[in-house]
Amino acid sequence: MSPRGGPAGIVPNDPRGRVVVESSSVGNVSLLPGSGGEVADAIAVHRSQWELFRRRFMRHKAALVSIGVLVFLFVVCFGASVFAPYPPDAQDLLLGPVGPSAAHWFGTDELGRDELSRIMYAGQISLKIGIAVALLSTFVGTVLGAIAGFIGNATDQALMRLTDLFLIVPGIAILAIALKKFGHDDVTIILVLAALFWTYVARVVRGQILSLKEKEFVEAARASGASNTRIIVKHLFPNIVGPVVVNATLAVAAAIITESTLSFLGFGVQPPATSWGNMLSDAEGYVGTDRAYLLYFPGLAILLTVLAVNFLGDGLRDAFDPQSGHS
Amino acid sequence: MLTYIARRVLYSIPVILLASFLLFAFVRVTFDPTAKLRNSREGAAAVARETKRLGLDRPLVEQYGDWLGKFVQGDWGESERTHDSTSAMITRALGYTVQLIFWGILISAFVAIFVGVYSAVRQYSALDYTFTGLSFIGLALPPFWFGLIAIEFLAVGPKQWFHLSEPPLFFVGLHGTGETGINVDYFRHLALPVLTLTVQIVAGWSRFQRASMLDVMSADYIRTARAKGVPRKRVIIRHGLRNALIPLITVMALDIGALFGGLIITEKIFSIPGMGRLFFDSLVAGDATVLVAWTIVVALFILLFNLLADIFYGFLDPRIRLS
Repeated sequence: MSPRGGPAGIVPNDPRGRVVVESSSVGNVSLLPGSGGEVADAIAVHRSQWELFRRRFMRHKAALVSIGVLVFLFVVCFGASVFAPYPPDAQDLLLGPVGPSAAHWFGTDELGRDELSRIMYAGQISLKIGIAVALLSTFVGTVLGAIAGFIGNATDQALMRLTDLFLIVPGIAILAIALKKFGHDDVTIILVLAALFWTYVARVVRGQILSLKEKEFVEAARASGASNTRIIVKHLFPNIVGPVVVNATLAVAAAIITESTLSFLGFGVQPPATSWGNMLSDAEGYVGTDRAYLLYFPGLAILLTVLAVNFLGDGLRDAFDPQSGHS
Repeated sequence: MLTYIARRVLYSIPVILLASFLLFAFVRVTFDPTAKLRNSREGAAAVARETKRLGLDRPLVEQYGDWLGKFVQGDWGESERTHDSTSAMITRALGYTVQLIFWGILISAFVAIFVGVYSAVRQYSALDYTFTGLSFIGLALPPFWFGLIAIEFLAVGPKQWFHLSEPPLFFVGLHGTGETGINVDYFRHLALPVLTLTVQIVAGWSRFQRASMLDVMSADYIRTARAKGVPRKRVIIRHGLRNALIPLITVMALDIGALFGGLIITEKIFSIPGMGRLFFDSLVAGDATVLVAWTIVVALFILLFNLLADIFYGFLDPRIRLS
């Protein structure tokens, strides 16, 4: 839902920190209907949580296909030095730009560089940034969200007001300004994107912790003398793994789209480094020419990756939260 | 209700003050307005004079106070790029952006509500699965790429294939040369940018509306209405849709607010001189005066629409305004 160019609106957008938790029926838009069979799960005894999770996940065909697609993309991109038909910068100026052919599946660019090989190498940067942003923002967001939710009071207020501020600033614009200031290398891009993304995770985690800490099992743990650390680590964290993993997955997709958008505008990954976004930036001028094929493949690569990641996230959500798939 | 509104408005004031200060500080720290003078003939002397004139040697809080005083009086400074009045530039840009938002939201709302309700009422039907698949693709499409592909296949492509003298849809600006007003030319310019915008929005909203509608349709009062013999159609529209629209309208308000600063891509691709394009040009030129005003005006719009969403929600759901 990021029609907006903000961090792809896949992340729940709620300024009051209210809907996020309660939304399991409404906001938590499960995209594929589950296929039933929970009853059988409930009757069968002695099945571990993991096995229930695995069985539910295996039923989500789109998610299974997506894992295959993602593994393929990873192997092809990160093994580019083995699989790529040409080195990424090998120019063939005599050949110049030609459309897709047997020798060059995706064609060549104006310098005669093989488009397929370039996409494979560019994918390394795009995927790396997407995953690093998701991991970093999930880690920071989970820790801060858990602290805010568990301690409550002033700490909670301070953190929530801070995330309120993040919600009213124009995302892409702030990221672009920040990148112009701090530079364009991979690490900077990752840090800047994560600096915005953590707030979404923090809101989700805080909401979960707020409701979980009132549950009886926490009271029981406290009554039997468990310390705060023990309650958080042993009793609360295992219960938020589901939403956190799902959000982290969706954050990968959002980060890939955001990075490609910024790179397309010229504020992200800079040449000679190549990401899918700035390949499209180069190709913008080819709309309507006989080189328009240069426009198709990097975009399809982003589309395929984000689609697969979102399906995976959907499958994980259904598997973690059986109710969501049946609404 | 009035106390609820007053509370929400009062709460927004410190938020916008803090946010505007942070944005002000952020842009000021990022861009040095004297950078251009550093290499000029006068060098250090010119930098010192300009620093003095703009008050850059004073603490940030003081600078912000000054800036805020002028801002509320409508004096937003002069653009370092065009030497035009910033407030005039932003007002002009808003005119274009509002047109895009208006048409985009209008069309998206109709399509999303129809798709959402249909998918919910005919859950698991072939069309429901089709809409689901399409919305997944819509959410995964990079907006800039969709815009370029749309130009390729809906404007330039048809012109070449059918040997037309001009493309069926235009992709530069909102009017042809010499054209004004709302006419065929306007809509031929509007079609592609609005389509680009709509695809993104509908994908999210229709899923949301589907989930919301499914939620409502499983409520007890729907079963009661059916049981006492209210016709199915009437139940869907009067009892179902009316309640299922509430969450969607809240999301719509939030998204509209975000669009004021969120059309950077669309406006750049289609060369529309709105807010997004203004931001892009100002950032490339390092025009700090416009960037400060721009980010804060956009934040104001986002906050305003968040406020509207809150008030609307409180208006429809007493539980929220009383809590």
